[in-house]
Amino acid sequence: MMRKLAATAFLAFAVGSAAFAKEDSKLNDAQIAHIAYTAGQIDIAAADQALSKSHAPAVRAFAETMKRDHKAVNDQATALLNRLRVKPEANPTSTALSEQATHSLAELAKLEGSTFDRAYIQNEVTFHQTVNAALQNTLIPDADNADLKSLLRTGLSLFQAHLIHAKQIAQSLR
Amino acid sequence: MAQGNHSLGLCAVAMMLLFVSPETSATARQPAKTHVIVVGNLSFGAVPNSVRVGDTIVWINKDIFRHTATARDNSFDLDLAPGAQAQTVVKKTGILDYYCRFHPGMTGKISVVRRLQ
Repeated sequence: MMRKLAATAFLAFAVGSAAFAKEDSKLNDAQIAHIAYTAGQIDIAAADQALSKSHAPAVRAFAETMKRDHKAVNDQATALLNRLRVKPEANPTSTALSEQATHSLAELAKLEGSTFDRAYIQNEVTFHQTVNAALQNTLIPDADNADLKSLLRTGLSLFQAHLIHAKQIAQSLR
Repeated sequence: MAQGNHSLGLCAVAMMLLFVSPETSATARQPAKTHVIVVGNLSFGAVPNSVRVGDTIVWINKDIFRHTATARDNSFDLDLAPGAQAQTVVKKTGILDYYCRFHPGMTGKISVVRRLQ
Protein backbone atom coordinates (compact mmCIF):
# COMPACT_ATOMS: atom_id res chain seq x y z
CA MET A 1 0.00 0.00 0.00
CA MET A 2 2.74 2.42 1.01
CA ARG A 3 4.72 1.54 -2.07
CA LYS A 4 1.68 2.27 -4.24
CA LEU A 5 1.16 5.64 -2.55
CA ALA A 6 4.81 6.53 -3.10
CA ALA A 7 4.47 5.71 -6.78
CA THR A 8 1.34 7.85 -6.99
CA ALA A 9 3.08 10.80 -5.38
CA PHE A 10 6.01 10.44 -7.71
CA LEU A 11 3.77 10.46 -10.77
CA ALA A 12 1.81 13.42 -9.48
CA PHE A 13 4.96 15.51 -9.25
CA ALA A 14 6.54 14.12 -12.38
CA VAL A 15 3.72 15.34 -14.59
CA GLY A 16 4.86 18.83 -13.63
CA SER A 17 6.83 18.69 -16.85
CA ALA A 18 3.53 18.99 -18.72
CA ALA A 19 3.17 22.48 -17.26
CA PHE A 20 6.25 23.48 -19.23
CA ALA A 21 4.87 22.41 -22.59
CA LYS A 22 5.87 25.04 -25.12
CA GLU A 23 3.31 27.80 -25.23
CA ASP A 24 2.03 29.16 -28.52
CA SER A 25 3.48 32.62 -28.04
CA LYS A 26 6.78 33.75 -26.57
CA LEU A 27 6.67 34.44 -22.84
CA ASN A 28 7.33 38.00 -21.72
CA ASP A 29 9.71 38.86 -18.87
CA ALA A 30 6.92 39.38 -16.34
CA GLN A 31 5.58 35.88 -17.10
CA ILE A 32 9.04 34.30 -17.06
CA ALA A 33 9.74 35.91 -13.68
CA HIS A 34 6.47 34.55 -12.32
CA ILE A 35 7.26 31.02 -13.49
CA ALA A 36 10.78 31.07 -12.03
CA TYR A 37 9.58 32.56 -8.75
CA THR A 38 6.75 30.00 -8.53
CA ALA A 39 9.18 27.12 -9.11
CA GLY A 40 11.29 28.40 -6.21
CA GLN A 41 8.29 28.74 -3.91
CA ILE A 42 7.14 25.21 -4.80
CA ASP A 43 10.48 23.80 -3.74
CA ILE A 44 10.43 25.80 -0.51
CA ALA A 45 6.96 24.42 0.30
CA ALA A 46 8.17 20.88 -0.44
CA ALA A 47 11.16 21.47 1.86
CA ASP A 48 8.90 22.73 4.66
CA GLN A 49 6.84 19.58 4.35
CA ALA A 50 9.98 17.41 4.45
CA LEU A 51 11.21 19.21 7.56
CA SER A 52 7.89 18.58 9.29
CA LYS A 53 7.81 14.87 8.41
CA SER A 54 11.32 13.47 7.96
CA HIS A 55 13.71 12.35 10.69
CA ALA A 56 16.55 11.37 8.34
CA PRO A 57 19.51 13.74 8.85
CA ALA A 58 20.54 13.71 5.17
CA VAL A 59 16.99 14.42 3.99
CA ARG A 60 16.52 17.21 6.55
CA ALA A 61 19.88 18.80 5.64
CA PHE A 62 18.92 18.68 1.97
CA ALA A 63 15.54 20.30 2.69
CA GLU A 64 17.24 23.06 4.73
CA THR A 65 19.52 23.77 1.76
CA MET A 66 16.56 23.88 -0.64
CA LYS A 67 14.79 26.41 1.58
CA ARG A 68 17.84 28.61 2.03
CA ASP A 69 18.99 28.57 -1.62
CA HIS A 70 15.60 29.09 -3.26
CA LYS A 71 14.79 31.88 -0.84
CA ALA A 72 18.11 33.54 -1.78
CA VAL A 73 17.26 33.40 -5.50
CA ASN A 74 13.70 34.57 -4.99
CA ASP A 75 14.88 37.47 -2.80
CA GLN A 76 17.19 38.50 -5.65
CA ALA A 77 14.34 38.14 -8.12
CA THR A 78 12.06 40.32 -6.00
CA ALA A 79 14.75 42.99 -5.71
CA LEU A 80 15.37 42.91 -9.46
CA LEU A 81 11.69 43.15 -10.35
CA ASN A 82 11.23 46.07 -7.97
CA ARG A 83 14.19 47.82 -9.56
CA LEU A 84 12.81 47.20 -13.05
CA ARG A 85 9.29 48.12 -11.89
CA VAL A 86 8.03 44.85 -13.37
CA LYS A 87 5.08 43.10 -11.74
CA PRO A 88 5.25 39.29 -12.09
CA GLU A 89 2.42 38.10 -14.29
CA ALA A 90 0.56 34.86 -13.61
CA ASN A 91 0.22 32.67 -16.70
CA PRO A 92 -1.00 29.17 -17.62
CA THR A 93 2.44 27.63 -17.00
CA SER A 94 2.87 29.05 -13.48
CA THR A 95 -0.74 28.25 -12.62
CA ALA A 96 -0.36 24.64 -13.77
CA LEU A 97 2.86 24.34 -11.78
CA SER A 98 1.15 25.56 -8.60
CA GLU A 99 -1.83 23.25 -9.04
CA GLN A 100 0.37 20.21 -9.61
CA ALA A 101 2.54 21.10 -6.63
CA THR A 102 -0.52 21.38 -4.37
CA HIS A 103 -1.65 17.95 -5.51
CA SER A 104 1.82 16.52 -4.97
CA LEU A 105 2.07 17.93 -1.43
CA ALA A 106 -1.27 16.28 -0.61
CA GLU A 107 -0.06 12.93 -1.93
CA LEU A 108 3.26 13.15 -0.10
CA ALA A 109 1.41 14.07 3.10
CA LYS A 110 -0.05 10.54 3.11
CA LEU A 111 3.41 8.96 3.33
CA GLU A 112 5.55 8.38 6.41
CA GLY A 113 9.09 7.42 7.38
CA SER A 114 11.49 6.09 4.80
CA THR A 115 8.69 5.82 2.22
CA PHE A 116 8.16 9.55 2.48
CA ASP A 117 11.92 10.23 2.36
CA ARG A 118 12.37 8.26 -0.84
CA ALA A 119 9.30 9.81 -2.51
CA TYR A 120 10.32 13.36 -1.52
CA ILE A 121 13.87 12.96 -2.82
CA GLN A 122 12.74 11.24 -6.02
CA ASN A 123 10.30 14.08 -6.61
CA GLU A 124 13.12 16.55 -6.06
CA VAL A 125 15.18 14.78 -8.73
CA THR A 126 12.30 14.91 -11.20
CA PHE A 127 11.30 18.47 -10.35
CA HIS A 128 14.85 19.81 -10.74
CA GLN A 129 15.31 17.95 -14.04
CA THR A 130 12.06 19.47 -15.31
CA VAL A 131 12.87 23.03 -14.24
CA ASN A 132 16.43 22.74 -15.58
CA ALA A 133 15.08 21.82 -19.00
CA ALA A 134 12.55 24.67 -18.90
CA LEU A 135 15.23 27.20 -17.91
CA GLN A 136 17.60 26.00 -20.62
CA ASN A 137 15.11 25.59 -23.45
CA THR A 138 12.51 28.27 -22.80
CA LEU A 139 12.92 30.71 -19.93
CA ILE A 140 16.53 31.81 -20.47
CA PRO A 141 16.30 32.05 -24.30
CA ASP A 142 12.99 33.96 -24.09
CA ALA A 143 14.07 36.48 -21.43
CA ASP A 144 14.76 39.94 -22.88
CA ASN A 145 16.19 41.83 -19.92
CA ALA A 146 19.91 41.09 -19.44
CA ASP A 147 19.72 41.15 -15.62
CA LEU A 148 16.77 38.76 -15.60
CA LYS A 149 18.61 36.46 -18.03
CA SER A 150 21.64 36.54 -15.74
CA LEU A 151 19.56 35.72 -12.65
CA LEU A 152 17.89 32.84 -14.50
CA ARG A 153 21.35 31.50 -15.37
CA THR A 154 22.23 31.64 -11.67
CA GLY A 155 19.00 29.78 -11.01
CA LEU A 156 20.00 27.14 -13.56
CA SER A 157 23.40 26.66 -11.88
CA LEU A 158 21.57 26.27 -8.58
CA PHE A 159 19.03 23.75 -9.91
CA GLN A 160 21.86 21.75 -11.50
CA ALA A 161 23.75 21.67 -8.18
CA HIS A 162 20.58 20.60 -6.36
CA LEU A 163 19.96 17.86 -8.92
CA ILE A 164 23.41 16.34 -8.27
CA HIS A 165 22.76 16.50 -4.52
CA ALA A 166 19.28 14.96 -4.81
CA LYS A 167 20.60 12.11 -6.97
CA GLN A 168 23.32 11.37 -4.40
CA ILE A 169 20.76 11.17 -1.59
CA ALA A 170 18.37 9.08 -3.71
CA GLN A 171 21.21 6.62 -4.22
CA SER A 172 21.96 6.47 -0.50
CA LEU A 173 18.29 5.85 0.38
CA ARG A 174 17.95 2.78 -1.85
CA MET B 1 95.92 48.64 21.93
CA ALA B 2 96.13 45.17 20.51
CA GLN B 3 93.40 44.11 22.91
CA GLY B 4 91.29 47.06 21.76
CA ASN B 5 91.65 46.13 18.09
CA HIS B 6 90.63 42.58 18.86
CA SER B 7 87.46 43.79 20.61
CA LEU B 8 86.63 46.06 17.71
CA GLY B 9 87.04 43.15 15.29
CA LEU B 10 84.65 40.95 17.27
CA CYS B 11 82.19 43.77 17.45
CA ALA B 12 82.32 44.24 13.66
CA VAL B 13 81.72 40.53 13.06
CA ALA B 14 78.75 40.57 15.45
CA MET B 15 77.29 43.59 13.67
CA MET B 16 77.66 41.86 10.29
CA LEU B 17 75.89 38.76 11.60
CA LEU B 18 73.08 40.90 12.92
CA PHE B 19 72.54 42.49 9.56
CA VAL B 20 73.07 39.39 7.48
CA SER B 21 71.18 36.75 9.45
CA PRO B 22 67.58 37.97 8.87
CA GLU B 23 68.05 37.95 5.12
CA THR B 24 69.76 34.57 5.19
CA SER B 25 66.98 32.96 7.23
CA ALA B 26 64.27 34.47 5.05
CA THR B 27 65.63 32.90 1.89
CA ALA B 28 66.36 29.60 3.57
CA ARG B 29 63.02 29.10 5.35
CA GLN B 30 60.60 30.59 2.79
CA PRO B 31 58.02 32.65 4.67
CA ALA B 32 54.49 31.25 4.81
CA LYS B 33 52.16 32.66 2.14
CA THR B 34 48.47 33.46 2.06
CA HIS B 35 46.46 32.15 -0.89
CA VAL B 36 42.90 33.07 -1.82
CA ILE B 37 40.18 30.82 -3.26
CA VAL B 38 37.07 32.67 -4.39
CA VAL B 39 33.73 30.87 -4.22
CA GLY B 40 31.17 32.06 -6.77
CA ASN B 41 28.40 30.84 -9.05
CA LEU B 42 28.21 27.56 -7.15
CA SER B 43 31.82 26.61 -7.76
CA PHE B 44 35.24 26.92 -6.17
CA GLY B 45 37.56 29.30 -8.02
CA ALA B 46 41.08 28.80 -9.31
CA VAL B 47 43.39 26.79 -7.09
CA PRO B 48 46.62 28.53 -6.03
CA ASN B 49 49.99 27.22 -7.18
CA SER B 50 52.84 26.15 -4.92
CA VAL B 51 50.94 25.73 -1.68
CA ARG B 52 53.26 24.64 1.12
CA VAL B 53 52.70 23.31 4.62
CA GLY B 54 52.17 26.30 6.93
CA ASP B 55 50.57 28.47 4.23
CA THR B 56 47.15 29.99 4.84
CA ILE B 57 44.19 29.51 2.50
CA VAL B 58 41.57 32.25 2.65
CA TRP B 59 38.15 31.31 1.27
CA ILE B 60 36.02 34.24 0.11
CA ASN B 61 32.35 33.56 -0.66
CA LYS B 62 31.21 35.99 -3.36
CA ASP B 63 28.09 33.94 -4.10
CA ILE B 64 24.54 34.79 -3.07
CA PHE B 65 24.33 31.32 -1.47
CA ARG B 66 25.72 29.97 1.78
CA HIS B 67 28.53 27.46 1.27
CA THR B 68 31.11 25.50 3.21
CA ALA B 69 34.72 24.66 2.49
CA THR B 70 34.98 21.21 4.04
CA ALA B 71 38.01 18.91 3.94
CA ARG B 72 37.34 15.28 3.02
CA ASP B 73 39.73 14.28 5.82
CA ASN B 74 37.71 16.44 8.28
CA SER B 75 40.75 18.61 9.02
CA PHE B 76 38.58 21.73 8.54
CA ASP B 77 34.95 22.68 7.98
CA LEU B 78 34.43 26.37 7.28
CA ASP B 79 30.94 27.86 7.14
CA LEU B 80 30.77 30.61 4.51
CA ALA B 81 27.72 32.86 4.60
CA PRO B 82 27.20 35.02 1.48
CA GLY B 83 29.92 37.68 1.46
CA ALA B 84 31.86 36.03 4.29
CA GLN B 85 35.41 34.74 4.38
CA ALA B 86 37.29 32.24 6.54
CA GLN B 87 40.74 30.76 6.59
CA THR B 88 42.67 27.65 7.40
CA VAL B 89 46.36 26.83 7.74
CA VAL B 90 47.59 23.91 5.66
CA LYS B 91 48.97 21.27 8.00
CA LYS B 92 50.31 18.42 5.84
CA THR B 93 51.62 17.53 2.41
CA GLY B 94 49.63 15.66 -0.23
CA ILE B 95 46.36 16.23 -2.06
CA LEU B 96 43.90 18.32 -0.07
CA ASP B 97 40.39 17.38 -1.21
CA TYR B 98 37.54 19.69 -0.27
CA TYR B 99 33.85 20.15 -1.05
CA CYS B 100 30.75 22.12 -0.06
CA ARG B 101 28.51 20.23 2.39
CA PHE B 102 25.43 22.05 1.10
CA HIS B 103 26.26 21.45 -2.57
CA PRO B 104 28.25 18.21 -2.81
CA GLY B 105 28.75 18.72 -6.54
CA MET B 106 31.10 21.59 -5.64
CA THR B 107 34.54 20.06 -5.19
CA GLY B 108 38.19 21.00 -5.47
CA LYS B 109 41.69 19.84 -4.65
CA ILE B 110 45.00 21.45 -3.82
CA SER B 111 48.41 19.85 -4.07
CA VAL B 112 50.40 20.69 -0.92
CA VAL B 113 54.19 20.32 -0.88
CA ARG B 114 56.62 20.51 2.04
CA ARG B 115 58.15 23.77 3.16
CA LEU B 116 61.83 24.14 2.21
CA GLN B 117 64.06 24.54 5.29
